[in-house]
Amino acid sequence: MEKGIDKTGVRIGMWIFLYSEIILFGGLFVLYAVYFHTFPEEFAEGGKELDRIIGAANTLVLLISSFTVAASITAIQRSKKSHAIGFLLFSIGCGFVFLINKYFEWGTKFHHDLYPNSDTLLDSAPGINIFFGLYYTITGLHGLHVIIGMVLLSISLVLVLRNKVTDQRYAMLENSGLYWHLVDLIWIFVFPLFYLVL
Amino acid sequence: MEDEFVNANSHEEEHQLSYRFLGLILGALVFMTALTVGVSYIDWGFLNVPIALFVASSKATLVLLFFMHIKYEGLVIKVSFISTMLFLAVMISFTFWDVAFR
Repeated sequence: MEKGIDKTGVRIGMWIFLYSEIILFGGLFVLYAVYFHTFPEEFAEGGKELDRIIGAANTLVLLISSFTVAASITAIQRSKKSHAIGFLLFSIGCGFVFLINKYFEWGTKFHHDLYPNSDTLLDSAPGINIFFGLYYTITGLHGLHVIIGMVLLSISLVLVLRNKVTDQRYAMLENSGLYWHLVDLIWIFVFPLFYLVL
Repeated sequence: MEDEFVNANSHEEEHQLSYRFLGLILGALVFMTALTVGVSYIDWGFLNVPIALFVASSKATLVLLFFMHIKYEGLVIKVSFISTMLFLAVMISFTFWDVAFR
């Protein structure tokens, strides 16, 4: 009796947290939209500085990792522990690949003197400065979420290894998965807004 | 008593998605990513943003429905999710209402 777990309740709690995350990024997207409305040419010019191939590669990395996280839950439900471990390791690896890409991307921008408070940005049109300000804020906050998601997936991985997450009880894995999918979801909107706007 | 509990719980978690099905969803997502990148090389004028957002929303819908299991959730999560989206819509549209007519 004492083992009874309200599995739906556990998920509702996670979803309520995710709603707050959606509103957090939603607010930033509103900010982006309003400034885009004010400075359309500058935003298009700023967007051309970003490499849409790297952006597309990172999109693929996150989509594939979302798939493997979803697959790891199926594996746990089928009591295939080794499959679940493999899927989780791969997903965490995808997180690393994403961050390494981001590191090179930001590094190139820094190299071109495009970073908050840099001379180039201070001397350019206000719209350009705002575009890169939003770029660093939104992708930086998203990158932070990627790191948190990787920590959550790693904790789930350890729990799977220790048989604390099993086909009977896998709420931790499921909720970490939901968080990871949210990270993917946000990137799905960040990518076209920053990289694809002509 | 304990048996009952296990049964009740296992009934709740029945929705298991096969690797194949998840793979199909991934395929659709990758296809839409290729589409949105390909389309972005052409200048559609004022349609640029609506096209990009339409494809992004379609991708987000697939992730939410299947990867995040919303399709198989009960009423509480479905309704609260839709309420969040309505709140977001109000937040965006009211801001624009203000900005556009200033």
